[in-house]
Amino acid sequence: MNMEERLALNKYDVDNQAHIRLEDGKCRECSHKACLIICPAECFKLREGTVSFAYEGCLECGSCRVVCNEGGLDWSYPRSGFGVSYEYG
Amino acid sequence: MDDKFDAIIVGAGPAGCTAAYLLAKEGLEVLLVERGNYAGSKNMTGGVLYGPVLSRVFPDFPLNIPLERPISRHVLTFLSASSAVSLDANAAGTEIHNGYSILRAKFDRWFAKQVEDAGGIVATGLLAEDLVMVDNRVTGIVAGGDEMGAEVVIAADGVNSLMAQKAGLGVRLAPHNVNQGVKEVIKLPPEVIEDRFNVAPGEGAAVHYLGIGTEGVHGGGFLYTNKESISVGVVVQLKALMEHNLRAIDLLESFKGHPAVKPLIKSGTTVEYSAHLVPAGGRDMMPRLCTDGMLVAGDAGAMVLATGRALEGINYAMASGMAAAETVKQARQKGDYSRQSLVQYEAMLADSFVFKDLENFRSAAGFLDNPRLYRAYPDLVCGLANKIFEVDGQPKKKVWQVVRGELKGRVSLWQLIKDGLAARKSV
Ligand SMILES: Cc1cc2nc3c(=O)[nH]c(=O)nc-3n(C[C@H](O)[C@H](O)[C@H](O)COP(=O)(O)OP(=O)(O)OC[C@H]3O[C@@H](n4cnc5c(N)ncnc54)[C@H](O)[C@@H]3O)c2cc1C
Ligand code: SF4
Ligand code: SF4
Repeated sequence: MNMEERLALNKYDVDNQAHIRLEDGKCRECSHKACLIICPAECFKLREGTVSFAYEGCLECGSCRVVCNEGGLDWSYPRSGFGVSYEYG
Repeated sequence: MDDKFDAIIVGAGPAGCTAAYLLAKEGLEVLLVERGNYAGSKNMTGGVLYGPVLSRVFPDFPLNIPLERPISRHVLTFLSASSAVSLDANAAGTEIHNGYSILRAKFDRWFAKQVEDAGGIVATGLLAEDLVMVDNRVTGIVAGGDEMGAEVVIAADGVNSLMAQKAGLGVRLAPHNVNQGVKEVIKLPPEVIEDRFNVAPGEGAAVHYLGIGTEGVHGGGFLYTNKESISVGVVVQLKALMEHNLRAIDLLESFKGHPAVKPLIKSGTTVEYSAHLVPAGGRDMMPRLCTDGMLVAGDAGAMVLATGRALEGINYAMASGMAAAETVKQARQKGDYSRQSLVQYEAMLADSFVFKDLENFRSAAGFLDNPRLYRAYPDLVCGLANKIFEVDGQPKKKVWQVVRGELKGRVSLWQLIKDGLAARKSV
């Protein structure tokens, strides 16, 4: 099962705006880019020397927020009513 | 802000629901705010609900509560790359049920319904975006763009607690004091579960793994039986993932593929994948828990016990919710919600098993950071067991000779003694 199939098991109400934003300059210069391996939904991808981010599959765990010490991340929860909804949990 | 509440509770997890339920039952005007579309929809736990706290809140416990299975078998397994050795505490057929497996989407939803039935207002699908502060005093929250006022706000918003942080309280989360859990819920028929886990119909097993069979990272795995599914997960320190350059999902996959785990979940269908953080720094990472107009409860205050055997947070969350409710009740009688009045909450917790356990296990976090725990010792125990049971046509060795043989190259005798002493002190 790849990550896409895995996330497709979950229910999401996807917002039309991102709840987490990256600052390209900071990410480009970031030495560890720990978000790449720490995100359990693989929302972060390395692209042309910097990091791109897709918020849709986010599991709202906060891991990226804890490991990002470069100030490249503007983190919040999705707006009211949006994001993942677990049916088991 | 004329429609002011007695208390606004942010977060309908076990901490928030407990506080809101008890306050609503006392007749206070209570608003419980939950960002998920229903309580539990954002939450994940292993999960076994331990201990008796819930029965103090609901005297008819365990009746009428959506619990999955009473746990009659607790197993602790040391996992090396290819084998496993278990300690198996089997209480089948007795009335001893030290815990129940739960699924949070059902459990929290039920709990929030109790709050509503007790007269509290539960607003789901509503994110508390900010606090309202007047002269450094918390006087309410901002949600859906509106200000809502209250005498007191209880931040029960979980490990990432943005509310507590906005008030200058809250945990400083760092890669060394937070663990990431990833979990799959795997569907299987009840009879298959009971067969494989060797439990009576309706009863369940909780299996904890020390070591996840890979890489010797700071982490562990778990298998919990639900009514019609198994919860399978790994919990790994963020720092360890970074240092070993590993993804939790890869560890979960290799854990699921381990020869000791694979047969237990065979032919099941994965129906959900979830991830959640859990504070694991123990007493040392706990912040101040009150300020003017605000209390912090549960994971938001890092009240989780991680001993390597299991993660225990739900009963601490509920116990802190109880203490918060009691504190608010008394503050209301005094008409004083200042820090000086609310600080009684910390005293109450200090006097309860919450702080006592966390204090008792204060050095556990440091102890659990020892890499030997996750590779050398699981390897050692498995190697030992294999050697002890081995019949290879060679003259048999005495157990101690086997031990010395297995220690060689893995752990020095001195390390073993040192770690043994640390274990005695810490966990
Ligand atoms: C993998 C894993 C396994 C675990 N296993 C166990 C176990 O077996 N047994 C055990 O006892 N404990 C276990 N724990 C720990 C346990 O889950 C927690 O300690 C417990 O859930 C804490 O309860 P809480 O009410 O403090 O926080 P939570 O349960 O996290 O609840 C917080 C609530 O606040 C809501 N919220 C957050 N921010 C806002 C906001 N701004 N506005 C509105 N709502 C908001 C969230 O949606 C959530 O519903 C485990 C944890 C993990 C991660
Ligand atoms: S860790 Fe932070 S700064 Fe570094 S790449 Fe990731 S988001 Fe950008
Ligand atoms: S909150 Fe968790 S799931 Fe969402 S982007 Fe960050 S690490 Fe990934």
